[in-house]
Amino acid sequence: MAMQFVKGPLDTNHNPTWCPGCGDFGIWMSLKNALLELKIPPHKVLIVYGIGCSGNMTNFVGTYGWHSLHGRSVPTAVGAKLANKDLTVIVVAGDGDGLGEGMGHFIHAVRGNADITYIMHDNKVYGLTVGQAAPTAIKGYKSKSTPEGIIEVNANAPSLAIAAGCTFVSKGFSGRVSHLQGLIKQAIQHRGFSLVDVYQPCVTFNKVNNFPFYNQRIYDLQQENHDTSNRLKAFEKALEWGDRIPTGIFYKDESRPPYEDHLPQEQGQPLVVRPMKKRSLSHLIEEFI
Amino acid sequence: MLTTANGKIRLQTLMDEQDHVKKFSWKIGGEAGFGIKSAGMSFAKCCYRSGYHVFDNTEYPSLIRGGHNTYQVTVSSHPVHSVDEHIDILVALNKETVDKHQHEMTEGSAIIYDGDEFQPDVVFFRDKKITLLHVPFKKLSLEACGTEIMRNTVAMGATMALIKLPSSFMEDIMKEVFSHKPAVIESNIKAVRLGYSFIEEHYRDADTDFKVSLSVREKGHRMYVGGNEAQAIGAIAAGCNFYSGYPMTPSSSILHYMASKAVSEGIIFKHAEDEIAVLNMALGASLVGARAMVGTSGGGFSLMVETLGLAGITETPVVIVNCQRPGPATGMPTWTDQGDLRFILHAAQGEFPRIVMAPGDIEECFYLTVEAFNLADRYQMPVILLSDKTLGEGVGTVPIFDEKKVVIDRGAFIEDGKVPKDYKRYQVTENGVSPRTFPGMEGGIFCGNSDEHDEYGYSNEESLNRIDQVNKRARKLEYAAKFLESASVNLIGPEDADITLVCWGSPKGVIVDALDELPLRVRKRFRVLQIVVLWPFPSERVKSILEASKRVILIENNSEAQLAGLIRQMTGFDIREKILKYDGRSFFADEVAQKLIRLKCL
Ligand SMILES: Cc1ncc(C[n+]2csc(CCOP(=O)(O)OP(=O)(O)O)c2C)c(N)n1
Ligand code: SF4
Repeated sequence: MAMQFVKGPLDTNHNPTWCPGCGDFGIWMSLKNALLELKIPPHKVLIVYGIGCSGNMTNFVGTYGWHSLHGRSVPTAVGAKLANKDLTVIVVAGDGDGLGEGMGHFIHAVRGNADITYIMHDNKVYGLTVGQAAPTAIKGYKSKSTPEGIIEVNANAPSLAIAAGCTFVSKGFSGRVSHLQGLIKQAIQHRGFSLVDVYQPCVTFNKVNNFPFYNQRIYDLQQENHDTSNRLKAFEKALEWGDRIPTGIFYKDESRPPYEDHLPQEQGQPLVVRPMKKRSLSHLIEEFI
Repeated sequence: MLTTANGKIRLQTLMDEQDHVKKFSWKIGGEAGFGIKSAGMSFAKCCYRSGYHVFDNTEYPSLIRGGHNTYQVTVSSHPVHSVDEHIDILVALNKETVDKHQHEMTEGSAIIYDGDEFQPDVVFFRDKKITLLHVPFKKLSLEACGTEIMRNTVAMGATMALIKLPSSFMEDIMKEVFSHKPAVIESNIKAVRLGYSFIEEHYRDADTDFKVSLSVREKGHRMYVGGNEAQAIGAIAAGCNFYSGYPMTPSSSILHYMASKAVSEGIIFKHAEDEIAVLNMALGASLVGARAMVGTSGGGFSLMVETLGLAGITETPVVIVNCQRPGPATGMPTWTDQGDLRFILHAAQGEFPRIVMAPGDIEECFYLTVEAFNLADRYQMPVILLSDKTLGEGVGTVPIFDEKKVVIDRGAFIEDGKVPKDYKRYQVTENGVSPRTFPGMEGGIFCGNSDEHDEYGYSNEESLNRIDQVNKRARKLEYAAKFLESASVNLIGPEDADITLVCWGSPKGVIVDALDELPLRVRKRFRVLQIVVLWPFPSERVKSILEASKRVILIENNSEAQLAGLIRQMTGFDIREKILKYDGRSFFADEVAQKLIRLKCL
């Protein structure tokens, strides 16, 4: 079913191909609105997408884009950011992509704290490959790949991020677009690695964690005087799952400089803007004489 | 030709007509942790500074402590690209060194050892007229610094005295090596001098069969550098400003060098979490306009494979060095092999263009790396440089790299502010190359897409678009092939030679050395066809050369004769005679000669 959209400044000539009602729409709108509100010109933005329904967003956002490999978007974003620190670099990927194949990259990028924003689509399934359990699936979840119910306990991106030293950890819900938009804005403004993990109902394959499920349970940490500088408390909140499910900012640390600030060669103009002149070799050759 | 005691052929004569040393080999051996490599490199550098050409090879197991390590230096009065199979001076820091290498000793050679520690088996050596020189390494080391740690340094001093080079060359090197630790310079110099004077006092060359003695010559316009470092310097010369890596022997010294120069040369260096991240980071950097390189060995390259295809479909320039070691899997980490050729040519699913080149000596390591960056940018595709442990960890003397020969060509890209309306990053063009923009440029927005895409980069699975894009990418390779044609092979030797020896990569240096040692009238019967560009394969050139050859012999450091297979596939020419070696060691010039004798070529 083709839907028609009114074209906004960050749209392309391609209409979204997601299932009607998919949680990806909410993330898409929030991301575009956040960029517009921050007044970042689209050519100064590079979004690196994973492979999945989530990654298909590559065709629907009119900034520079890179549709990466399954699981590999984070290191690509790190490389791009280090080479041109003036760009706003954002990663959009699924939970299968980011916590399955991409788990190692995620944790290591958190350790490095390069200034990128990671928007992870938590739908607890592999949408694009028709509904197998993702690493985020809740224990016992039945899917095509786990017909008897998944044995593993779920991977939880915010708690992993906090444990690994992430400097901005948050969770949104694609059913609350303006809240999510606010999170994305703050994440982009944060200097360092920022995680915006998003409950994104896959209306086609996940019949458990759907919109009503979250609507009944979520609350906003920022409405409850949560102390975002308390890492242990943040960890506790990140693990909260049941009748009440927290969203908002779990943890924020503005004291740790991003990766690129540590590099003397990164100071001044971005690397790629400097003219690429022939380097003199004599001082290097000197060491081999 | 001389024959050694074990009946093997030795091509070289030790002395020339004027009784000067032509070529000799020196080897030091001991346990890992004895400072074998640093001692070896110091000795080689002394010979280089004394005006000689050298080539080094180090053999070591994949261990940090213990295990048998050696460092060999072949010293020559003319250019040399490989180490010799035979040893004229053996410095044995333990008995195992003597036991393991006595069969390599030549008639009239010498062994320097510490007689307080062990006694070599004298009977064997008397037969071969080998001079045994006891130098109390341990005692003199204790005298120099209070511990045994400078046994290798004492041995260096002893060697210098034995071949009659001034001690000052070695003392200068100690000052340089320890410039960051001035406190130990004096004791190291003392150790050198103690070893030196021990030989001067206890050894009379007239009494022995050992004849190697060097006189200091004009140094010449040369440098002493390793293959991996040559590649790293080539990258820096080419303007490389992004290097990501993950350590893997024998490629790690590229990583070490780039890391050490990152701050001073303005290079982003990233030690990534794995090789998958390594190549993806490099693509991210290249996407935004950096000149990116990565280096690894076969195992790491295996992890990069899917991403190689991503570079292909997104048309993103990147330079990848694969410094080969014997596989599969972990294989033999510290040894050499040429077993990755077919893998590199076909790595990754689907069809996409790539350029694969192989340097044949240290000098080519430098110049080909520079060229690799230009090719990657010009044709917007991955360029893979295939070297191996022999070259990468090999260190030798080469003419000083000429920065005047370095050209930076970034290929087709649009300058900021000049992006045309309705810009299409993947525009279908005649030669397949479409000018790039870089994120940050106004009006240049595109999507670098892992999915098949249209001219803007957006996902597109239409039949006609697919065909257009596949053909566009393929045309780039045809375009590149035309440009690469002239430099795709090296043909060394007379056109009317009876025998054409075909090779790629490091065996080239060995073959050139082997032929150099032959008398002119014999040498004239050979020529060498070195294939430098392995992909796009220079089919026409190779075919016409081979068809015009009277006899063709392939020399390759692998068991499957992969180049022969490739040649047959691309030209229909079937090379029947093959000299293959796949024990993890590189060929020796003498060995190549011996094999040629067996094939009745000599
Ligand atoms: C290396 C590799 N393995 C498997 C796939 C197939 N694949 C494509 S998308 C996907 C899972 C997508 O799930 P997720 O990342 O959660 O994204 P979603 O579709 O749910 O947004 C898989 C397994 C692939 N493209 N590449
Ligand atoms: S399959 Fe699920 S995640 Fe994918 S588009 Fe449909 S609803 Fe969204």
